[in-house]
Amino acid sequence: MDQNVSQPLVTVRNCRQSYHKEASADLVVLDDVDLTLHEGEIVALLGRSGSGKSTLLRIVSGLLKPTSGDVRWRGEPLRGPAPGVAMVFQSFALFPWLTVQENVELGLEALGVKKDEREERSEEAIDLIGLGGYDTAYPKELSGGMRQRVGLARALVVHPDLLLMDEPFSALDVLTAETLRTDLIDLWMEKKLPLKSILIVTHNIEEAVLMADRILVFSSNPGRVAHELKVPFAHPRNRFDPAFRQMVDDIYGIMTRRAPKPAPAATARTGFATPLHPVSTNLISGLIETLYGAPYHGRADLPALAAALQYEVDDLLPLGETLQLLGFAVLEEGDLILTETGKKFADAETEDRKEIFTEQLRANVPLVNAIRAVIDQRSNHRASAVRFRDELEDNMSPEYADETLRAVISWGRYAEIFEYDEEAQQFGLEEEDEEEEA
Amino acid sequence: MTNYTPTALAGRRLPNRWDGAALLLVMGLLIALVDVGRGTISTSIATIQNSPIHLDPAYLPYYALRSTARMFAALFFSLLFTFTYATLAAKSRRAGMVLIPILDILQSVPILGFLTFTTVFFLGLFPGKVMGAELASVFVIFTSQAWNMAFSFYQSLTTLPNDLQEASRCFRLSPWQKFWRLDVPFGMPGLVWNTMLSMSGGWFFVVASEAVTVGNTTFTLPGIGSYVATALAQENLRAIFYAIIAMLVLILLYDQLLFRPLVAWSGKFRFETTATVSGPEPWMLKVLRRTALFQDIGDFLGGIMRALTRLRLALPAKAQVSENEEPSRLVDGLWFAVIALVAVYAGYRIFSFVSGTLHWSDVGTAVLMGGFTLLRVMVLMVIAALIWVPIGVWIGLRPKATRIAQPIAQFLAAFPANLLFPPVVLAIVYFHVMPDIWLTPLMLIGTQWYVLFNVIAGAAAFPGDMKEAVANFHIRGWLWWRKVMIPGILPYFITGALTASGGAWNASIVAEVASWGSTNLAAHGLGAYIAQATAAGDTPRVVLGVVVMSCFVIFINRILWRPLYAYATRRTTLG
Repeated sequence: MDQNVSQPLVTVRNCRQSYHKEASADLVVLDDVDLTLHEGEIVALLGRSGSGKSTLLRIVSGLLKPTSGDVRWRGEPLRGPAPGVAMVFQSFALFPWLTVQENVELGLEALGVKKDEREERSEEAIDLIGLGGYDTAYPKELSGGMRQRVGLARALVVHPDLLLMDEPFSALDVLTAETLRTDLIDLWMEKKLPLKSILIVTHNIEEAVLMADRILVFSSNPGRVAHELKVPFAHPRNRFDPAFRQMVDDIYGIMTRRAPKPAPAATARTGFATPLHPVSTNLISGLIETLYGAPYHGRADLPALAAALQYEVDDLLPLGETLQLLGFAVLEEGDLILTETGKKFADAETEDRKEIFTEQLRANVPLVNAIRAVIDQRSNHRASAVRFRDELEDNMSPEYADETLRAVISWGRYAEIFEYDEEAQQFGLEEEDEEEEA
Repeated sequence: MTNYTPTALAGRRLPNRWDGAALLLVMGLLIALVDVGRGTISTSIATIQNSPIHLDPAYLPYYALRSTARMFAALFFSLLFTFTYATLAAKSRRAGMVLIPILDILQSVPILGFLTFTTVFFLGLFPGKVMGAELASVFVIFTSQAWNMAFSFYQSLTTLPNDLQEASRCFRLSPWQKFWRLDVPFGMPGLVWNTMLSMSGGWFFVVASEAVTVGNTTFTLPGIGSYVATALAQENLRAIFYAIIAMLVLILLYDQLLFRPLVAWSGKFRFETTATVSGPEPWMLKVLRRTALFQDIGDFLGGIMRALTRLRLALPAKAQVSENEEPSRLVDGLWFAVIALVAVYAGYRIFSFVSGTLHWSDVGTAVLMGGFTLLRVMVLMVIAALIWVPIGVWIGLRPKATRIAQPIAQFLAAFPANLLFPPVVLAIVYFHVMPDIWLTPLMLIGTQWYVLFNVIAGAAAFPGDMKEAVANFHIRGWLWWRKVMIPGILPYFITGALTASGGAWNASIVAEVASWGSTNLAAHGLGAYIAQATAAGDTPRVVLGVVVMSCFVIFINRILWRPLYAYATRRTTLG
């Protein structure tokens, strides 16, 4: 690609986005992020959910003002959505009460384009993107793939310089997503798109390697650019090419590498600083069994495992991390390896499994012990969940706190360490436990 | 049929101090209205030509037309109010803090208690002109329609999907364009449904507001309500019968020509991503959609509308959201202080208004009377539940019966119950039975249908796989009711019961006192208290009665219906 263009389209310098919290320090979503976008390139922002990549996209689009940092569009400071930027949404964001054509014309209406020109341009965009004949259909009559084509046509019709795509294919099934990706890349290569550059947010590693010229890998909590990779392959790319596979493998390795987390000793001991994923115990058992059985025999390559289970990296990594947290497996350079405990669990019967799980939970998730300790202290053996949620929120975002609490409730219930009353939002003990205590 | 959460239930639980301030503000406003009204009471009434009402049925179509015109005039103002008030409340955090509790209180104020004063107020605005009386009537209908429409629109505005908002901003729609492209269409299904419910409820107020007695003068506007009032005064049972027939025809036309087509049409705006199977298209909509003439007219009107809504009318608006900007504490503080000051002033005015003539014992009396009416409403609700729940479930589980019964129940709910009062009153007079008991059913005659059609909807929506599971496990009898059916229809039943009981409170003002010619019947209760105070021109007691009744309604909504509804929806839905 030609990189020697005088002026970049977008420059982001020292960008930081944080949310103000009353009780404690600010929650940092994006920390010290730099980004430069040149004409003629496709750049992918790759990261787990919560890594702030969508936030960065919204900052680039002008929808969101960063807490601090400098954002420039063609050299000028950005204040609000720029005329040369259009966006494609994960959820398509089509207006259900407008027809395909009306949806496509929306951006032109906002620009005050006259009726004749509007019709001409929307017709052009609709035909380009393969929607001809659907002009008068309503979005709900269309399949997901067709809907996202409308989303694309709506963005292209305003002739933007930069196309922003927020996980554009993740709501589609695998085959449909593949078709749309290929069509888009073909149009891009044939220079039929009225675009100078594309910025795409994704959590799908293969998608990033398939489409982008440059990939920025984000680390989570707080979001930072952990790695920047150039993709050297020419289009059309072959996903079974060994070099391609190697690159996907490498990125898996980067994304599973544990970031050193310096946590204060006191909170580490009670577990209020560790976010947990609400993974159901059935999934945990299922994954352990899968890993234990053929063809993995205790060790699985993550990309292969993801492909076999039809999971995306965003689904699989939390699972792997949960196994690691509970001491059932370890993540190493893109591989998931079962520990001895994990193997013992896979061999055990239902009741014994519960026992092993309880042991591992008590040993590795201090938060469970902390909750049980509070319940035991109380004379009525009840403790409000609100106080734990508050304490968690001092250490993480409300969404993470909520997920962590849900995980702890689900695991603690399964392990019969405590009961939970959803109505009253209270932890308690089982009847027989209470009698024992008394 | 779609089931929407009633607006009195769906609102967020608001902090109490705002409710208190809102109550003071609303009451202060009403007293100001009364004050102005009282000032003009002597001058205007006598000078207005009172149009005579003919009991000849040939006049009825004309009267029906006049009543309908009033209805639509009120609807126009209600829509105007909805679009401005709800938008302001949703877009401005500070305005919303006050406007929404006020709306909540307004929903609970029995406006019939203020009928006299609003009439006098509007007569005072247009001395010597029929316009004043017309506006007064329109205003009463407006107050019966506007609140839940505004509430529904406000709720839509606060639940706008984030991605569509971002798309609107990203494609740089102006606020005016966004309002018509996103805000209004998104709110449309809820708004249409609430508008149609409001219209149905409105017939009751049309009938009640056309013949108003101010002091010694009974002021009549040409319309069905006045026709009935005149017939009552002349003890003409045949005329009342004609009026009932005319009303039936009118509501049938409204139901077929407007209600059903509109609700079906608004389905287009429902925010869902999958095409759902909908019922058969109402015949009127078919006619409109498939007739060339109507289509041309529709295209023409639609074209004008589209051109209007496409205008940019750009105001400088903030397109960029800053998520970490704290609202200014200073401005907040000033705003709170202003509201507190106005509320204190309103409190002072209320106090000075009632303290001259009222004693604490009057409050006691009013509360006691409220207790009687509360008892009535509760007993009626229990009876209505015992009758209509089994019937509604029976119908709802049979699709064929549902298709026949559901439109009839909705139709009956729209029928103004006050037209049915005279025969009942006549029977009470004839048999010499106790009005305290036998006037009671009148309160629920019009609103019990809400219980019925909601229960039918609930039973009809009961999942098929659960029905099969229940049959598979041989669950029958009392166990079936307790564990299966009652939990299954609970949210629907509560929706219906809330609407019915709210309507019953309002109806008590006209139902606890009734007359036939020169015979007057009165039961003990807050409705009768207000009605008698109104007849005697005792404004402070009217105000007291209305305040007490509002408080009763608000408390019962908060203490009984809202928690029950929250419980029912939480417990009886999966996920």
